[in-house]
Amino acid sequence: MARTARKASGVQRAPATAVLLFILPAFALFAVVLLYPMVSALGYSLFEWRGGTNLVGFNWFHNFVVLFTEQPFVEQMPRAFLHNLAIFAGTLVLQNSIGLFLAVQLHRLGRIRRVFQVLYTTPYLVSPLVVGYLWTLLLSPTFGPVNAGLQAAGLDSLALSWLGDPTTALPVLILVSVWQWIGFPVLLYGAALGGIPPELNDAASVDGATGWRRFRRITLPLLTPVIGTVSILTFIGAMETFTLPYAFGGATGSPAGATDVLSLLFFRVSFESGASNALGVSSALATLLFLFILGGALLGRRLLRAQEERLS
Amino acid sequence: MSGTALASAPAASTMDAAPPRRRRRWSAEKAVVMTVLWLYAAICVVPLLTMVLNSFRTHLEIASDPWPVPSDPTVENYVSAWTEASFGRYALNSILITVASVAISTAVSLPAAYAIARWRFMGRGAIEGLFMSGLLIPFMLAILPMFYLMDRLRLIDSPLSLILIYSANGIPFTIFVLVAFFRQLPAELEEAAFLDGGGHFTVFLRVMMPLVRPAIATVVVFRFVPIWNDFLMPLVMLRSRDNYTLGVGLTTFFGEYQNDWASLFAGLVIATLPLLVLFVFATRQIIQGLTAGIGK
Repeated sequence: MARTARKASGVQRAPATAVLLFILPAFALFAVVLLYPMVSALGYSLFEWRGGTNLVGFNWFHNFVVLFTEQPFVEQMPRAFLHNLAIFAGTLVLQNSIGLFLAVQLHRLGRIRRVFQVLYTTPYLVSPLVVGYLWTLLLSPTFGPVNAGLQAAGLDSLALSWLGDPTTALPVLILVSVWQWIGFPVLLYGAALGGIPPELNDAASVDGATGWRRFRRITLPLLTPVIGTVSILTFIGAMETFTLPYAFGGATGSPAGATDVLSLLFFRVSFESGASNALGVSSALATLLFLFILGGALLGRRLLRAQEERLS
Repeated sequence: MSGTALASAPAASTMDAAPPRRRRRWSAEKAVVMTVLWLYAAICVVPLLTMVLNSFRTHLEIASDPWPVPSDPTVENYVSAWTEASFGRYALNSILITVASVAISTAVSLPAAYAIARWRFMGRGAIEGLFMSGLLIPFMLAILPMFYLMDRLRLIDSPLSLILIYSANGIPFTIFVLVAFFRQLPAELEEAAFLDGGGHFTVFLRVMMPLVRPAIATVVVFRFVPIWNDFLMPLVMLRSRDNYTLGVGLTTFFGEYQNDWASLFAGLVIATLPLLVLFVFATRQIIQGLTAGIGK
């Protein structure tokens, strides 16, 4: 297999014109529309701008200093950042408990497993914007079916204005986000469970290991790589989330900034603030976010690898 | 997770008990698990079902009883959303932008992926690496420079700006998937086609491309969903109502129809329907694609 693959790759020596003809369309589009803007954003953050793209001059790291010293950033950036972290932590815990539990139980079923997989994946296909608006309607204090149901069940004290109250808005956002994405870890963990040879569990049973111990000692360690992958993807998703908070609380993260996240702050600075040096400051914010995501993802991969080595 | 412990520990500890008793315990445990699984399935589906059912009722019915009982269904909400709130226009724009973007990024990525996977030439590794870098860098970093690039090209408020951005954005992922598939194909196929007198282009088009058709299907499905669902880019690039996609259209619609819940539900269904249709036709691709490379 490996031999044919090596033989297959690069077996043909093609003339330069053919190479150019095959590669150039994709490369030109990619370089002009994606690569060039991405590279220039990093540079934008080091300059001062006036009213859009009029260059004033190089100002070192002043745009970054502004983010940490001037209003409204001193107040809004840490708050938004904490919300992003809360979304990450909440999603991580729920996905790896509920998601893993569902995947393990589905794995023990026969063909009906497919039906559940499809049902659990449906919310993932609906756009985050539709999901946000749908739950706004469902949780509405006036005509919302959720509160009507709670009242019918005699739980009037729970019929709250879920998204209107700053203390419940963020937890609800986390729950709705988990509701939407859970199919993804369920499918991935299911596939990984399918890859564990049944002989391993049989051997452990013969040795007298009970269900929970088998799970802790055999299944869980073998799932570590997938759990790690899901966690890193969750981290990236939670740090970049925009659409669901926008649907719930608009660009300001209402109520009272309770659902504000970094991408909403970035959107406000870039397109709604009207500040003269908006380009410099928002590029600095995007750069910080990029560095944090990159650092977090690399750290996550390193932790994952260390864990794998410890277990093997 | 604690549920697993509670549920399976007794079953295992009664290993040496009499068979009938063991079976009874086991089926009781299974009943509990099945109930939990169906309950969670209901949590996934009931909100979506409520959306669909309420879209066929009137605002008054929803206000008096928010739990949908299908009686006397009406399609009036769809008519008003489609015509008065110009959802027809939004849907058309969304379809045009999504289909054109997926088509362009697949069309330009196919030959590039083929060349990277099957040919030997100078700088091949560097070009592949450059394409892959597009997978790692967050999109948000590029939004402002993209906005000013489109401004200079005079493409703000034009669907073309979104088509360009989405097609470029799809290239790294598309090439990544297609290269892996092209590399798996045996070299003998190409050699035989060359001996038959085919040129590079003929071999690519007639012999190699048909063989990666499953990969093309996966790529198309997987690019379709995020483009259809994207909201930030149209929000930034589009200005006039005639050019709105379903997402941006939905936000204005929610402002204007606040007091007509029935139409709001209909609008949500319209924005979701194409994806559900796609899901029905491509369930296998989606589930296999999500789990590619893991387990068996």
